[in-house]
Amino acid sequence: MSETPVLRMRSVRKTFGDSVVLRDVDLEVAPHTVTALIGASGSGKSTLLRCANLLEEIDDGAIWLDDEEITHPRADQDAVRRRIGVVFQAYNLFPHMTVLDNITLAPRRVHGVSRADAEARAHELLERLGLGGRAGEYPDRLSGGQQQRVAIVRALAARPRLLLLDEITAALDPELVGEVLAVVRDLKADGMTMVLATHEMGFARDVADQVCFLDSGVVLERGTAEQIFGDPRHERTQRFLRRIVEAGRL
Amino acid sequence: MTLAKEESGQEGADGNGDMTAGGGGYTPSQRRIEREAYKRARSRRATAIAALSTLATGAVLYLVVVNAPGWQRTKETFFNGQYAREALPKVLEGLWLNVRLLLICGVAVLILGMLIAIARTLRGPVFFPLRVLAAAYTDFFRGLPLIINLMIVVLGVPALRLQGVTVDPVLLGGTALTLTYSAYVAEVFRAGIESVHPSQRAAARSLGLNNRQALRYVVLPQAVRRQVPPLLNDLVSLQKDTGLVSIGGAIDAVRAADIIVGRSLNYTPYIVAGLVFVALTIPMTRFTDWVTARMDRRRAQGGTL
Repeated sequence: MSETPVLRMRSVRKTFGDSVVLRDVDLEVAPHTVTALIGASGSGKSTLLRCANLLEEIDDGAIWLDDEEITHPRADQDAVRRRIGVVFQAYNLFPHMTVLDNITLAPRRVHGVSRADAEARAHELLERLGLGGRAGEYPDRLSGGQQQRVAIVRALAARPRLLLLDEITAALDPELVGEVLAVVRDLKADGMTMVLATHEMGFARDVADQVCFLDSGVVLERGTAEQIFGDPRHERTQRFLRRIVEAGRL
Repeated sequence: MTLAKEESGQEGADGNGDMTAGGGGYTPSQRRIEREAYKRARSRRATAIAALSTLATGAVLYLVVVNAPGWQRTKETFFNGQYAREALPKVLEGLWLNVRLLLICGVAVLILGMLIAIARTLRGPVFFPLRVLAAAYTDFFRGLPLIINLMIVVLGVPALRLQGVTVDPVLLGGTALTLTYSAYVAEVFRAGIESVHPSQRAAARSLGLNNRQALRYVVLPQAVRRQVPPLLNDLVSLQKDTGLVSIGGAIDAVRAADIIVGRSLNYTPYIVAGLVFVALTIPMTRFTDWVTARMDRRRAQGGTL
């Protein structure tokens, strides 16, 4: 890749007690590309994302964001997180705040944006994601799909350099998955750099520039979507994809 | 029974009160009419049984008390109307002190309790001594009986004859109450802070909020809301414990009763003071129940608060 990668991981190792969750993981995410992490539950997809955002401390290896080593002991972790947006599987909206306050909290308190500017941007994003008129609601009054779209707006409000999406449709009813995935497609069209862990293989094939198959904490196979889904090299990848097809998910 | 009531209420709300016309051509089936008639009959029977059983219990209690061998003397000593009339204005006058103590100590307890709870959740090696102090404080004052705490502070501090330190029993008594109740309330707040799911903190931190901001904007507001019922419970308790400052000689409702008892050797004023405290705490207890019920309803509806 010619351009400096937005995110680069080198030989990352992460353990929880005795279990090795990530083993020698290398990853490069070029600007304006989408990387999909696929693999069975417990293969390390979510942990990889949490490490990239410094929510988990890695045991070995290093991670760079725009060529700045963020796993350096002297790195300002809050400053790193300010440049990365995260959307969680369980939305994790703040239940005591309205939609608008959820979205404007970080811009106002962390980035020093004025209330008027933060709210203007929030309204603009809500409008774009089809949530105009929901700004004054509390999260528990919204459907799962709406809550997840609010969570995406919240992550976007501070104009992140990189967006991490951790199985963002896994908690949604099937008929609500589409509305959330449509938003991700829009973001890709806008050139947002994203890394997403997903079980939606059809979506991954559709939207990802790079697909990584994780198996027991190892990136077993990586390549373009056509290559991974069309011509998987590794026997385990083949078996995983076969099971997905049998389950009618591809 | 309640269901049947609500159902018929809804039918009535349709405007014409005619069951056959309610709900757009809905006609209740014979089965429903029978079912509701049966439920009504059952609930009438339940009410009758409750009334009868209450009457019987009341009668038995009355007879037992009145026929007790010492009833005449007890009545004279504890339920004397003349002394009650004499004591009531004095007790109420004293009660004003209890109310003021409650208000001032209540605010002080909430602030101090919150500070201690926050101190216990601080991370980082710099705060180690603060964490230890806060933990020691709550351990000590939750274990120390309030009455002993009061005696140490109210009687012990003046005995030191320190220059510039108050000997006012009200101030000292209030201090002792605040010391003990802050420890309770700190634990309530700490439980609240720990009950907020870690994913909320993770979400806050991933937005770039630092530890302090995450605590202030995300964790504490949710923690405090959840702990309103137990906090009110502690305030009810504090309300009646303000009566203990009388041991230092402060003239509150209990002490006012005490003075009359000392003069008359009749215990009626104590009963008056006790009933006045009960009357004062009932609204607060009901308010606590109401808040708790409201929050439970919210949770039952699927709210996360």
